[in-house]
Amino acid sequence: MIIEGKRHIWKEYQKEIADDHYFYARSCVRQNFFPASEFTFLKILKEELGKDVYDDPRHTTCTGIAYHADVVQLPTIMTVVARQFALMTEHGFKNFVPSCITSFGIYTEILETWEHFPDTLAQTREFLYKATKREFELPENLAHSSDVIYKFREDIWQRRRFKLINKQTGNPLRGVEHIGCHYAKMFPHKGVGGAEYPYVLAGLIESWGGEVIDYPERRHCCGFGFRQYLVQANRGYSMACSQRKFESMEPYHPDFIVTNCPGCPFFLDRWQYVISEMEGKTYGDNGHGIPVLTFEELAGLILGYDPWDLGLHIHQVAVEPLLDKMGIPYDLSKKYNNLAGKSLGEPKKPNTLKVYGYEQ
Amino acid sequence: MLFERLKQDIRYQEGLGACLNCGTCTAICPAATVYDYDPRMIAEILQQQDETQLVALLKSNTIWYCGECMSCKTRCPRNNAPGLLIQALRKLSQETGYFTESEKGRQQLAIKRTVGTWILEKGYCLFAENITMEMHPEQGPIWDWLIRNAPDSFNRMGANYKGHGPGALRAIPKESLDELKAIFEVTGASDFYELIEKHSKQKASELGMQFDETIDCEYFRYIYTANDENHNRL
Repeated sequence: MIIEGKRHIWKEYQKEIADDHYFYARSCVRQNFFPASEFTFLKILKEELGKDVYDDPRHTTCTGIAYHADVVQLPTIMTVVARQFALMTEHGFKNFVPSCITSFGIYTEILETWEHFPDTLAQTREFLYKATKREFELPENLAHSSDVIYKFREDIWQRRRFKLINKQTGNPLRGVEHIGCHYAKMFPHKGVGGAEYPYVLAGLIESWGGEVIDYPERRHCCGFGFRQYLVQANRGYSMACSQRKFESMEPYHPDFIVTNCPGCPFFLDRWQYVISEMEGKTYGDNGHGIPVLTFEELAGLILGYDPWDLGLHIHQVAVEPLLDKMGIPYDLSKKYNNLAGKSLGEPKKPNTLKVYGYEQ
Repeated sequence: MLFERLKQDIRYQEGLGACLNCGTCTAICPAATVYDYDPRMIAEILQQQDETQLVALLKSNTIWYCGECMSCKTRCPRNNAPGLLIQALRKLSQETGYFTESEKGRQQLAIKRTVGTWILEKGYCLFAENITMEMHPEQGPIWDWLIRNAPDSFNRMGANYKGHGPGALRAIPKESLDELKAIFEVTGASDFYELIEKHSKQKASELGMQFDETIDCEYFRYIYTANDENHNRL
């Protein structure tokens, strides 16, 4: 499809994204694997953009992974979600922003279900009150945290220190955008750009100087598949899905992959490592993998944040090739330090993937 | 009648109208690229409303192949969603105990004892110290480094590892965990967990395997790792 056709489709799928006063709900997966991304999101909103965001220590998992792995059922997850909304209500917020795409899909699905099956909303209110004595209002606005960064992408661009431009050649860097399945596949009208041509990450790449790669398996799942990863016996499913994407994008020579889902950046990073160990195959240039970033990591690089503050050192695929292309300085001697600047020692070196920051 | 129970599930009601068997869902399905799996047939079988075929499905590996990515929901020209049907079938399979009749179904105990348990113990679906290298070798040396150096490694990135107050990986306050547990009691989740345990214990006994409450018992290790390699497309 020609680019003008895509732009036309994108325009049909625009959503309202609140511009301030957010109640933030963290992601189980991202807190473990990308804690700096959530930290960066709050830093950008509060310190760069002066927004009001509340991060309540009392909120919990939404139980979304257990729901999609089928050990938690609908009435339970509805009531847990209602408790999150109750905390939002108690603090006087009306705009709910989850960090997790699985959660975003859950919240969207539950709000739709409550609308179409009002009995389930009444039952949820009853369950929540019985269990916690809490009551709740529905959010006026539900947006994923990537929607919020998308909304302020031009504000971020105005504060840029670096661009998605190859500093040596002057050419735009070429990015693969990978959207979490539950962002818009279930409810296309709830995502910026819909499900087939989502624009929420493509918009970031384009606004920040880069070029979006179109490739055959662009919309294929990363392979999380919930139970397909959680149980060791099933993990071949997960890796096969990611490998299908790598093989499909490889001919287009991406400089980076950017994602908005908790699991996707993790799987697209780690399965490159596993494939390199099992088959000796790497998908980047000169024995490197393709760097995989969260949207906050990408935004942080544009704003000139230190790569290790962004948590880029805990990727298994080295991100340094991208930093070099963007002309971003980094200090390898500080890569594996703690907050006080003391070295925590180096991780073991992979057998195949090239990595940086090790004493040679 | 099991079909009547299935029809009470909202996800069944929302997931199946009139399927024209075009196969679009199968064409787009990630699971169908990996497993011998055809979501079109799920819709077709359920449309027949044949009780015998439904029981066969509930006992099969087939209903456990889906990854619930919901790609089928986007593309179906009739607005059906085999992924939603799968969710309803898996619930019924666990309620009836039929899930222990298949290799993939038996894995539900492993999920209940990991993610399901961590939710109530920690308030998270997963927590770093539970993601061990033994159970997750694919995590790579960087994860090994990260968890060996907790909390320093996490707090370097703005986390509040097991700390009080807000932040990533904070300790969820006891009052909040108590509320989660109360929600599980009131909504039937605790009973559902017990059901998974009960049927699994019975299956372990049938198979002559050692069974206790840990994730180290013989039955857990078996269901977590067993793969008869008879699931994939040739």
